[in-house]
Amino acid sequence: MSQMITTTLTVNGKRHTVSALPDTPLLWVLREHLKLTGTKFGCGVGQCGACTVHIDGQPNYACLNPIKDMEGRSVTTIEGLSPDSSHPLQKAWVAEQVPQCGYCQSGQIMRAAGLLKENPSPSRQEIVDYMQSNICRCGTYVRIVRAIERAVKEG
Amino acid sequence: MTRTKRTKKEQVIQGRRRFMVGAAGLTFGVAFGVPHVLRLAGGEAQAAAAKQVTLNPWVTLSTDGTVAIMSPAAEMGQGSLTSLPLILADEMDADWSRVKIVPAYPSGKLYGNPLFGGEQYTAGSAAVTGYFNSLRQFGAQVRYVLVENAARHWGVPISELTTEPSMVVHAKSGRRLTYGEIAAFARVPAQAPEVEVEPVTKAQFRLVGRDVGRVDVPGKVNGTAQYSIDVQVPGMIYGAILREPMEGAAPEKIDDAAARAIEGVIRIVPLKYGVGVLAETPWAAFKAKNALKVTWSRTAKGWGFSNEKGYERCAAVAKDLRRKGLAWETKGDAPGAMAKAATIVEGEYRADYAYHAQMEPLNSVAAVSPAGDAVEIWVGTQSQTITVAAVAKALGIPESRVKFNGLLLGGGFGRRGNRDVEFIVDSVLMSKAAGRPVKVIWTREDDVHAGRFRPLYVNRIRAGLDASGRVIAWHHRVVSDEVLAFMDPVRYKASKGRDNIAMRGTELPTYDIPDRLTEGLQQVTGMRTAPLRAIGVGQNSFANEVFIDELAAKQGVDPVQFRLRQLDKTPLAQRARHVIEEVARMADWGRKRPGRGLGIAYLDYSGTQLAGVAEVSVDRQSGSIKVHHFWCTIDAGVAVQPDNVIAQTESSIVYGLGLALTERITIADGAVQQSNFNDYQVPRMMDLPELHIKLVQTRNHPTGAGQMATPLVPTAIANAVFQLTGVRMRQQPMLPERVKVALAEGSRNQA
Repeated sequence: MSQMITTTLTVNGKRHTVSALPDTPLLWVLREHLKLTGTKFGCGVGQCGACTVHIDGQPNYACLNPIKDMEGRSVTTIEGLSPDSSHPLQKAWVAEQVPQCGYCQSGQIMRAAGLLKENPSPSRQEIVDYMQSNICRCGTYVRIVRAIERAVKEG
Repeated sequence: MTRTKRTKKEQVIQGRRRFMVGAAGLTFGVAFGVPHVLRLAGGEAQAAAAKQVTLNPWVTLSTDGTVAIMSPAAEMGQGSLTSLPLILADEMDADWSRVKIVPAYPSGKLYGNPLFGGEQYTAGSAAVTGYFNSLRQFGAQVRYVLVENAARHWGVPISELTTEPSMVVHAKSGRRLTYGEIAAFARVPAQAPEVEVEPVTKAQFRLVGRDVGRVDVPGKVNGTAQYSIDVQVPGMIYGAILREPMEGAAPEKIDDAAARAIEGVIRIVPLKYGVGVLAETPWAAFKAKNALKVTWSRTAKGWGFSNEKGYERCAAVAKDLRRKGLAWETKGDAPGAMAKAATIVEGEYRADYAYHAQMEPLNSVAAVSPAGDAVEIWVGTQSQTITVAAVAKALGIPESRVKFNGLLLGGGFGRRGNRDVEFIVDSVLMSKAAGRPVKVIWTREDDVHAGRFRPLYVNRIRAGLDASGRVIAWHHRVVSDEVLAFMDPVRYKASKGRDNIAMRGTELPTYDIPDRLTEGLQQVTGMRTAPLRAIGVGQNSFANEVFIDELAAKQGVDPVQFRLRQLDKTPLAQRARHVIEEVARMADWGRKRPGRGLGIAYLDYSGTQLAGVAEVSVDRQSGSIKVHHFWCTIDAGVAVQPDNVIAQTESSIVYGLGLALTERITIADGAVQQSNFNDYQVPRMMDLPELHIKLVQTRNHPTGAGQMATPLVPTAIANAVFQLTGVRMRQQPMLPERVKVALAEGSRNQA
């Protein structure tokens, strides 16, 4: 695990070839190699969800996926969710004034995007269950729920 | 939109053409140059190459109409980046859509918060309340200068002019000039004109009180908002530091063979307080840090310490009345009144260490010049001025050789304003060692292990009652680790040993108790401490208000009624009365709920009046408390951004929920036992009660909103558990095992 390897993956529709230690989490490749810093480091152990991205369309923890497992995979980060903040969740997040410090919000939005992909009209309880993985220390949970419900309604 | 109802102000302008002399260090007409516009949303550029005129150190106007306003505070989620410039823009009558917010460069003299002795320090929910008057004043002065220029340009009396957003209007002739047009010919007086602003009770605001939306929100939904952890500069490498397990322990033996063998590791850097690793990537740095084997000197004060030892020591000190503390609040003659009391009631309350858990682990970026005589830093700090001073001191260079770049903070909660800003000095020392720019990132485990916590507390309250049951004397002793002395020796010295971080919240400014004494007995334990959201208020008000509830119960008086009766007749107490009555009404206080209990808490927090009611149930098997509803009323005077006051209150309640129920740091042999979110559990979405918040807007000077509701939560929960079970919870957090023990003791006592 201490020699560099080369990995080719697609991030936000663009192919990248990166060289890194094989156990390097995808998180650090995204942030420091590819300069996609919207994906955040919060805990490094899959406890907080700040690093949530989509891997082959599924929400996943960038901090738990080593680069050696990313060959040929397709990753979407917050930067690739929409070109102009026009995703219904992004619009709803602004309308509900969700973010405070904002640090966890990329992960929250990517997690919520995963939810709506699986379940386009979730109940309140389904939202709460699904979003359980993501911590917001500013406690914006009430507004996150409201924003998801708004995005569902306004599409 | 015409601002016609400002005639009073115009009269004032007309009648007072004197000039201020050296007011607040304000110098008109001095161009300071405008630093980069804070990157709030993707690549927002500085206004085009328009001509700029600096009207005072706060405002620079461009001929294209852009109004650049300095923001003196750190933005860590509380919204000051929007609300402070907005206060100035309101008085200036600027078109908010043309305002660009610029982070003020560090200058205590120009941008310091008057409430913090001129330090640029964002804490205490004191930004709006501290800057409100001066920002209004600066805004009014800028507006005056613009109107005066228009009057001269047109050759008309100033009294005939009014303003609309970013526009001066001469109604008589129908002429108009935009602020941008005026910028092209503006003459700026060398000294600030004296302009009186209307008192807050009468002022007519255009922007204050209207939700304009936070300026930092757009960048926070698309990943472009920049925190210090996101900064990359050319030639930058990465640093990680294995830190001493407690303050004062130094590395004795370092085995770095395994660390050095990791590809990408550049160098191992021994430091006084730990061992640093420089590497090509963060991952290599973290791996190498974890591979270090270090033995630590056993000289540190904290070795052998634990929560149990802390409680034992603090409880003994609290109980021993021969040991006098430093008086914090003295009113009347508490010992004399206590001696006359018909009965004396006592209570003891405790709290464990608690951790900030801001989502962005501590980090910083520094680039020290090759000669070591200058540095540029990229940081998220609660104090720009303290940071510059600490960095200059660390390198032994003048402050003028420190170039400061302030970024957004991924949460602060008190963790990022300590005098030594050790998480910033880290990257400075590492960059000096590397001879290159370095980003030092703490892992979450580092952030927990080297956390600086809310201290461990034992509070002891004695109340003297007269024959009718009225509280006539009050004595509150607070025994805890010292906080201010550790986090800010400079302020500690100035405070003459009074620890405001540990002691705040013991005061009872609205309760009619004529003789009161609160005293602090802070202990040197060797533990690392810091202000944590709601500081001492989080525990001291818990002690006060649970004790008040106990007094009410002993006398068989309804807890809401007991508090209302206890209020004095001052205007502040009238506001207190309103928030208490209103929260009781919202919660339908008198209605019994099967299997549920209701508890109330009231609080004056730096003048902000709040009350909260919790509705809880208790699982007697597991001992876990479930909070179903939380009602809250908050009166913070004039709400500059009402929706944000509500958002901050939601946030404060959620934070209080964690402190009340789950959050606890334990110490064993001086070291922290927790390491990440798996064993330090903060609230998640499903832990939330239904929140019912009412903002009570009154025409008073704005007071704080960023943390005020936090102390209500443990208090209201503890009081609700009592109503439901008859058992008193007197320690934070109310962990399930503690609830079980209390329930078992309660049933034994009844048997």
